[in-house]
Amino acid sequence: MKRFKGFIKKEFYHIFRDRRSLFILFGMPIAQILLFGFAITNEINNVDIAVLDHSKDATTEEIINKISDSKYFSVKQMVDREADIASVFKKGEVKAVLNFEKDFSKNLMKDHKATVQIITDATDPNTANTISNYLNAILQKYQKELNKDITIAYQIVPQTRMVYNPELKSVYMFVPGVMTIILMLVSAMMTSISITREKELGTMEILLVSPLKPIQVIIGKVFPYIFLSIINAVVIVLLSIFIFKMPVQGSLFLLGLESILFIISALALGILISTISATQQTAMMISLMGLMLPVILLSGFIFPITSMPLPLQMISNIIPAKWFIIIIKGIMLKGVGLQYIWKETLILLGMTVFFIALSVKKYKIRLE
Amino acid sequence: MSISISNISKSYKKAKALQDISFDVKPGELFGLIGPDGAGKTTLFRVLTTLLIANEGNATVAGFDVVDDYKSIRKNVGYMPGKFSLYQDLTVEENLKFFATIFGTTIEENYDLIKEIYVQIEPFKDRRAGKLSGGMKQKLALCCALIHKPKVLFLDEPTTGVDPVSRKEFWDMLKRLQQKHITILVSTPYMDEAALCDRIALIQDGKILEIDSPEAIVKNYTKQIYNVRANNMYLLINSLKEYEYNHSVYPFGEFVHYTNSRTDFNPENLKVFLESKSLIDIEIKKTVATIEDTFMELAK
Repeated sequence: MKRFKGFIKKEFYHIFRDRRSLFILFGMPIAQILLFGFAITNEINNVDIAVLDHSKDATTEEIINKISDSKYFSVKQMVDREADIASVFKKGEVKAVLNFEKDFSKNLMKDHKATVQIITDATDPNTANTISNYLNAILQKYQKELNKDITIAYQIVPQTRMVYNPELKSVYMFVPGVMTIILMLVSAMMTSISITREKELGTMEILLVSPLKPIQVIIGKVFPYIFLSIINAVVIVLLSIFIFKMPVQGSLFLLGLESILFIISALALGILISTISATQQTAMMISLMGLMLPVILLSGFIFPITSMPLPLQMISNIIPAKWFIIIIKGIMLKGVGLQYIWKETLILLGMTVFFIALSVKKYKIRLE
Repeated sequence: MSISISNISKSYKKAKALQDISFDVKPGELFGLIGPDGAGKTTLFRVLTTLLIANEGNATVAGFDVVDDYKSIRKNVGYMPGKFSLYQDLTVEENLKFFATIFGTTIEENYDLIKEIYVQIEPFKDRRAGKLSGGMKQKLALCCALIHKPKVLFLDEPTTGVDPVSRKEFWDMLKRLQQKHITILVSTPYMDEAALCDRIALIQDGKILEIDSPEAIVKNYTKQIYNVRANNMYLLINSLKEYEYNHSVYPFGEFVHYTNSRTDFNPENLKVFLESKSLIDIEIKKTVATIEDTFMELAK
C-alpha cells in the first residue's frame, strides 16, 4: 500500500510539473464548453436585416416594429430600391432583406392577401434556413393577430411543440457531447501518453525490474486521472448550469456514478492503447484517430445515429461514448432515473470490464 | 554462484544477439563485460534482469531462475540501464525516495550503503534530475539502483558519456561496494576500465571471446608489440599495412601498435622500409600488450 501511495505521489508530480499537460487537462474542458456553447450554436441572435418597403403604410410599419422588437433581429437599414439589395448583401452587412410589395396594407384588406419577400444570404445555408423560419414565425403570429376577430371555418394552423429543449437551445445538446469528448480525451489520451512516456524514457525498464506488480503500476497510473477527470466533469456541469443556465433535471449523484463508469472505461482504453504503442506520439495519434473521431462522428453527438447508413449504425454500437451520451442526455435533459437507462448502463459496464480485462492481460511483464 | 549462465542464445527477428553464452560470476565479484556497441551486452543484461526471455539455455541470478522465479529476482537485484532512466522532472531526492518506496524501504534504512555516493549529490538534492550533469546523473542512478540493498547489481555501460574524472570516481565507488558483498556485473566499451574488474568476459557479435582476469588475459597475448610513431600518422598506418610481414596494425593514441608475423623480426628493417615511404622522425619501441590489443587480436 505504501508502494502504491508512493507511486501515485510520483504521478501527481509528473502531472503538476508538466505545464502543457496541465493546460490540456484543465484549459481544454473550459475552452471547449465555451466554444461549443457560444460560438457553435444553431440559434440566431440579433441578426442584422434590411427592409425594402414599397408601401410604407401602417401594416408594414407594425410588422417591422414586431421584427425589430424580437431579440432575434435588428433592422439595420432601409433600402430604397430593388437594385440596392444585391449591394447590401455583397457588403455583408445584413443576413436577410424583407421586401414588402407595393400597397401591402391595401392588398391585405381588399384581397386578404399580401406578399412580402424574404431574401436571405444563403452562403451559410443553415443560418439562412433558420432566419427564414424565424421571420416566417413572426409573420404568422402577426397574421393570426389580424385574423383574431374573423372566424374562418376549418382553418388549419400547424402547431409544433418542442419538448426537452423548447427553445431549441443548442448548448443543451452540446453539453453532454462535449463532456463525453473531454472525459474520453483526458482519460484515454493522457493515460496512454503517460504510460508510453515511461517506455520512451526507459523508466519502464526499471519499474519492471522492481517488486511492483503490473496491476499496481496500472492502477497507480490511472488513479490520478480518475481524480482529474471527475474534477473536469464537475467543472463542465457547473459551467453549463451557471453560464448556460442549463437545468440538470435528474439526480446529480447518478450522473456522477455514470460519469465515473465512463471515465474508467476510457482509462482502460488508454491502457490498451499504451500496450500497443511504443512512443508518446503513436499513443497520441491512436487516441486521436481511434477514439476522438469515432466519438465525434459516430456517437450521435453531432450527427444523429438514426440518419446514418446501416453499417455505421452498427459500428456506433461498439462505441462506449454513444451509450454514455444516451445516459447523460437522459439524466440531464429528461431527468430520468436508473430504471430508464439501466440497459445502457449495463452495456457500458460490460464494455468497461472487457477493456480492463484485456488491458491487464495485454500489459507486458517483460520488454517483448 | 551469484550469476550462472549456461548456453544462453537470443535472436531478434534475423539478428543473432547472443550465441551460446555461458559463464559464472562468483559472489562478491566485480565482473566486467567488455565489448563494442552491438556486441550483445545489453541483451544479456536484459535476459539476466528478466526483461527478455532467451530462446535457448538458462540462467540463474542470486539462485533464482530468470524465467520461473522472475519475481524473486526483481526483488533482489539492482539494475541501472544504459540509457539514463530516472524521472527527469523529479528532483534528486524525490527520485531516490520513489525508488526506496517501491522497493519497500526508506532512504534512512540503507543510507550507509549509498552514503559515500549520495553526499556528493546531496547539495543538489532539490534540483530536477534532468538538469544534472552526466556524472551526477550516473551517481544518482547508482544510488537509486542500490537503495534497496540488492544482492546483485547490474550496471549497463554506466560510464558511457561521463567525463574521465567522474568515470574514475565511479569505479572507485564500485570497488567500495564490492567490499560490502554486492556482486556486480558491469558492462563497458572502454578497455581501460576492464583492468579494474576482477574478471572480464570479452564479447563480440554475441559470442564470448575469452573469460579471465585482466592480468591473465594480457599475459596470454604472446606476440611482441611495438609502438611505432612517425611524422604522418595516416601515411604511417597505410605504409605499415603494406609491409609484407605485418600481422596487425592498430592506431593507439599517438602511436600505432604493430606486430610482426616473423619471430626473428628486426625493427631496423621496418625502419628502412618506412623511410623508403618518405616518412621521417620514425620511432619503433617495444611495449606491453593491453586488453585492447588482446581484444583486437581475438576479434580478428
